[in-house]
Amino acid sequence: MMDWQPLLLTFKLALITTFLLLIISIPLSYWLAYTKSRLKPILETLVSMPLVLPPTVLGFYLLVTLSPSSSLGGWLNDHLGLQFIFSFQGLVLASVIYSLPFMVHPIQAGFSNLNITIMEASYVLGKSKIVTLFKILIPNIKPSLLTGIVLAFAHTIGEFGVVLMIGGNIPGETKVASIAIYDEVEALNYDTANMYSLILFAITFSILLVVYIVNGGYLKRFWK
Amino acid sequence: MIHIALQKQLIATNGVMLLDIDIEIKEGDFVTLYGDSGAGKTSILRMIAGLMTADKGYVKVNDRIWLDTKNKIYVKPQQRRIGYVFQEYALFPNMTVKENLLFALEKGQDKQIVNELIELVELGELKNRKPDKLSGGQKQRVALARALVRKPEILMLDEPLSALDHSMRSRLQDYILKMHKQFNLTTILISHEIGEVIKMCDNIFVIENGRIIKQGNPIDVFTSKQVSGKFQFSGEIVEVKREGIIYVVTVLIGANFVKIVADKSDVKTMTVGDKIIVASKAFNPLLQKIN
Repeated sequence: MMDWQPLLLTFKLALITTFLLLIISIPLSYWLAYTKSRLKPILETLVSMPLVLPPTVLGFYLLVTLSPSSSLGGWLNDHLGLQFIFSFQGLVLASVIYSLPFMVHPIQAGFSNLNITIMEASYVLGKSKIVTLFKILIPNIKPSLLTGIVLAFAHTIGEFGVVLMIGGNIPGETKVASIAIYDEVEALNYDTANMYSLILFAITFSILLVVYIVNGGYLKRFWK
Repeated sequence: MIHIALQKQLIATNGVMLLDIDIEIKEGDFVTLYGDSGAGKTSILRMIAGLMTADKGYVKVNDRIWLDTKNKIYVKPQQRRIGYVFQEYALFPNMTVKENLLFALEKGQDKQIVNELIELVELGELKNRKPDKLSGGQKQRVALARALVRKPEILMLDEPLSALDHSMRSRLQDYILKMHKQFNLTTILISHEIGEVIKMCDNIFVIENGRIIKQGNPIDVFTSKQVSGKFQFSGEIVEVKREGIIYVVTVLIGANFVKIVADKSDVKTMTVGDKIIVASKAFNPLLQKIN
């Protein structure tokens, strides 16, 4: 029998992760796009690491640094009551790091491709950097934002290794769909595994299709 | 009075160039920065606006100091009252014509100015269009109107007309002059078209390799040889005609046509449309009162 809980958990995780990533990535991408700081290549590298690093490496280090027996993990547990290992918040943290490049790269590219004079035009009209960011820059990179949101969302749905390392397989807490599939296959329940897989396949396909349709301007052409 | 002294090392195509200028502009004047591209004109405007930092500099506009590197004073672009028209218009693509102007309003400023400006540049019918649906000349009018919403102390125009055809140029020059007078602006224009400069401005600064090499009234500056004439007028050649062994050049001076006899060597370098000076010192003009 198929259990819906892993799927719901997966989408809850993806939604929260995407939301947090959006909040983090806008200022981070803005900084990366416009800074002349020498630290930029280092930060860019760090942001891009999850693209090439095996998720298990990321998961392993998170496990080591955040476990209650480590100094950081212990401090977080004692002072803030936060437990990141084998818990949902641990999954959120790991997903945010793991999907960071998928959100940052499109937004950063969006900012970089904007003509810098519209920013300067806003400044000489007396508008602050914050007003310029929200009223001028962000409205003009909507396609990049959409791409970032969708890629981060879809990528979080698909994560496996990092979840397994830091979250384990606790039903309702850390057992997301990708883990459930692995579980079912191990138990030789191919039918259930197939159901989960099919649903994930269909959903991710639809999400990406929507992005390409919207960003490619197909909708506009169609309804004009 | 506006006092601008700026020094800045610029990386130019042929190596490092030191921009070093010290100029004064009278309030209400229309001045031009004239020079080849790469001479440093745009950098000067950007430093006045605060969009580029100066190595050393002092900018004082009507008793307010915008920049004084000695005393570490630097007023942000947002707090300098500038109207800046960029060469490539820099309209906000996500906003309509009207929204572009509304965005420029200061907190609490009366919105009426937006409607007035839209009427002045004759964009009433296009006010709900986005910039990508406008022609070059229309975009430039929006940019001009937008720059004036805050009632700036200085209006700066960075080659605003270079991308436009001749008739559109001439119309926009008229708009700019109209705005300059109506809003009592001090205007700094970058241009490298002599006709435009003579038509528009009171004072010109010729810039070469980051330095001012000449300044003054545009007609004086553009006539290479100083003519010491008893009387002299500037005008535009409308016709050069050969009559036997001599040539007759018809010149439009103000609203009057004047025919002047010239020989072949004079005419060689002159074509219709050239700005010239008509001067004389060998005879005494007669003065007669008109009844």
